[in-house]
Amino acid sequence: MKKIIPIGPYHPLQEEPEFFKLYVDGETVVDIEIEIGYNHRGIEQISTTKHYDQVTFAVERICGICSTSHPFAYVNAVEDLLGIDIPIRAKYIRSIIGELERLHSHLLWLGLAGHFIGYNTVWMWSWKYRESVCDILELISGNRQHYSMFKIGGVRKDITKELIPQVEKMCNDLVAIFDMFKGAVMDDPVIHARLKGVGVLTKEDAIKYCVVGPTARASGIDIDVRRDDPYAAYGMVEFNIPVLNNGDVFDKAVVRILEMYESIKIINQCLSGLKKEPEGNIETKVDFIQPGEGIGRHEAPRGEVFHYIRSDGSNRPVRHKIRAPSYMNVASNKVAAVGQTISDAAITLAAVDPCYCCTERTTVINLNNKKSILCWNDLIKLSQEKTEKLKNNYAK
Amino acid sequence: MGLIKKSLLKSLWVFHLPLSPCNNCDIEILDTLTPKYDLERFGIQLVGSIRHADILLVTGVPNYKNWQKLKYLYEQAPKPCFVVAVGTCACGRGVFKDSYNSPANVDEIAPVSAYIPGCPPKPEAIIDGIVKLINILKNAKK
Amino acid sequence: MKETIIEKVREKFGNKIQEFFKKNDKKYYIEIEPKDIFECAKILFEDLNFRFCTASGVDCEKNFEILYHFSYDKTGEIISLRVKLDKTNPEIDSLTKIFVAAEWIEREIWEMLGINFKGHPNLKHLLLSDDWPKDNYPLREKD
Repeated sequence: MKKIIPIGPYHPLQEEPEFFKLYVDGETVVDIEIEIGYNHRGIEQISTTKHYDQVTFAVERICGICSTSHPFAYVNAVEDLLGIDIPIRAKYIRSIIGELERLHSHLLWLGLAGHFIGYNTVWMWSWKYRESVCDILELISGNRQHYSMFKIGGVRKDITKELIPQVEKMCNDLVAIFDMFKGAVMDDPVIHARLKGVGVLTKEDAIKYCVVGPTARASGIDIDVRRDDPYAAYGMVEFNIPVLNNGDVFDKAVVRILEMYESIKIINQCLSGLKKEPEGNIETKVDFIQPGEGIGRHEAPRGEVFHYIRSDGSNRPVRHKIRAPSYMNVASNKVAAVGQTISDAAITLAAVDPCYCCTERTTVINLNNKKSILCWNDLIKLSQEKTEKLKNNYAK
Repeated sequence: MGLIKKSLLKSLWVFHLPLSPCNNCDIEILDTLTPKYDLERFGIQLVGSIRHADILLVTGVPNYKNWQKLKYLYEQAPKPCFVVAVGTCACGRGVFKDSYNSPANVDEIAPVSAYIPGCPPKPEAIIDGIVKLINILKNAKK
Repeated sequence: MKETIIEKVREKFGNKIQEFFKKNDKKYYIEIEPKDIFECAKILFEDLNFRFCTASGVDCEKNFEILYHFSYDKTGEIISLRVKLDKTNPEIDSLTKIFVAAEWIEREIWEMLGINFKGHPNLKHLLLSDDWPKDNYPLREKD
């Protein structure tokens, strides 16, 4: 018999509204309907009412977690339109901010994933260590979130030479923490049993759904805008791109953990690059935006952010199209979650690291429904119970 | 001090309602609950249902798809229930004021007891806002 | 043999290309007829292994434009297929039969600009609420 389980739109942990309708047959999910729109604010239209400098701040407000990805892609788009190059120092600073954001975003996801499968210690730990990344960002930009570092033609703030050793030390201190997380995920038999083979997104499906970022790289698709279409300082530094082939939740977690090491590597190279560049030269002046079109991309923590901008020569864009990575990734849940048990649904849906703010640029408990409803809470409880069971099995 | 007020102030339970936020206020709210700030030691806890909550924490701008939900939720909350608007968007819609998908301010839909401005407010500011609310309740007549 | 991907695209498209514009080494814009979009997208996606990024609908003065952005990840090139649609009764073939990824973006363009996608399996509101007034398209230019 087919039953419908509505999840969301509001639930206590996932900070964003989302609404999944799970069609279940007994314990198995047979179909899933994703409804978004609870977070739509119409930023594409707002952006056409602001002038180019203001848009950098407006697009930052698309999403708090990827709050530098959107300005990054936006300035890339405008610079593509103008065909200008920016000073090397600004390039390094941009990459540093981008990578710091990746660190804090992956730690955040790791914590939430830990909570979903009942490892609340992992949750608390990763959020604790995430604070130290926020501290670095506050040190550099003055803000914990919404760093406001980017502007067309460069960056707003320099990383002075007094700051560099401090940032270097704080970043390198993180490596020991990543080692701990890596050990916690890769060596724990319960996590292996809990996550391996769960929520598999095959390579064929990944291509069909055009997924991006860690979701694609866990399914064996070797794409990364930082390497494929180098921008900022990514053409000047060396890094690896971890790619795994199973496409399950375990691989998605491992890809993210390995990526954090690469981020530290990139930051260190950028910082030593900064030491060689003369201070103060962080901006190319832009006086006039000529008519034309530009496309900018950035590899955000969740995948490729895509911005398209069209100018008619006035001081405001006439069209600004924004495509966030979750827009492609969330849709792929349709295949990844089907065939799973309900207890696996929570972690599968969370594994793409969905970001609805981005998806809708702007995305409730079904209150009047008399049907018995499993809310996210119950779902997480189910998921945690399953882990508990596995743990007990291993203890025996 | 009446019994309701006494028990209310001992441990405020919070229901978190994101109305199309940008996520930032929401992660800062979670930040206040995790080890660095750890509000839970004061008995402040996120709960899963509005029927258990004393405080309705609202973030983000209401849009046409969810503004009625705020009204329903407020109506379902056991009174006294205090609405706290966190962030510039919830306080006055900020940059999204002129958006085609933004019908009203939060305080036009439900009565707001405390505003915590900032984009996003720092965890310290959120804690400060809650403390101010508690003090006002303490000194109130009823 | 050192044929670049762009040359391959030009060869496969043949006379379907109305206008070819090279913005820089990585960005190309190709204008085609709306009736050719299904075939051209199929060539890019299936034969040449492009990845579909997204589509941008633009309201221009005389007509609607849709740009379908395809990315070639081996070399990092982006090809944007440009189609121009009439303002009266704008419609175009849906690409969902080639790749599922087009489903959401077509729903979005439909609700934002009012462009009809022929053959779309599930053309309903994606971001806006279901009782959004008809004929009110947020991204259309208002006089």
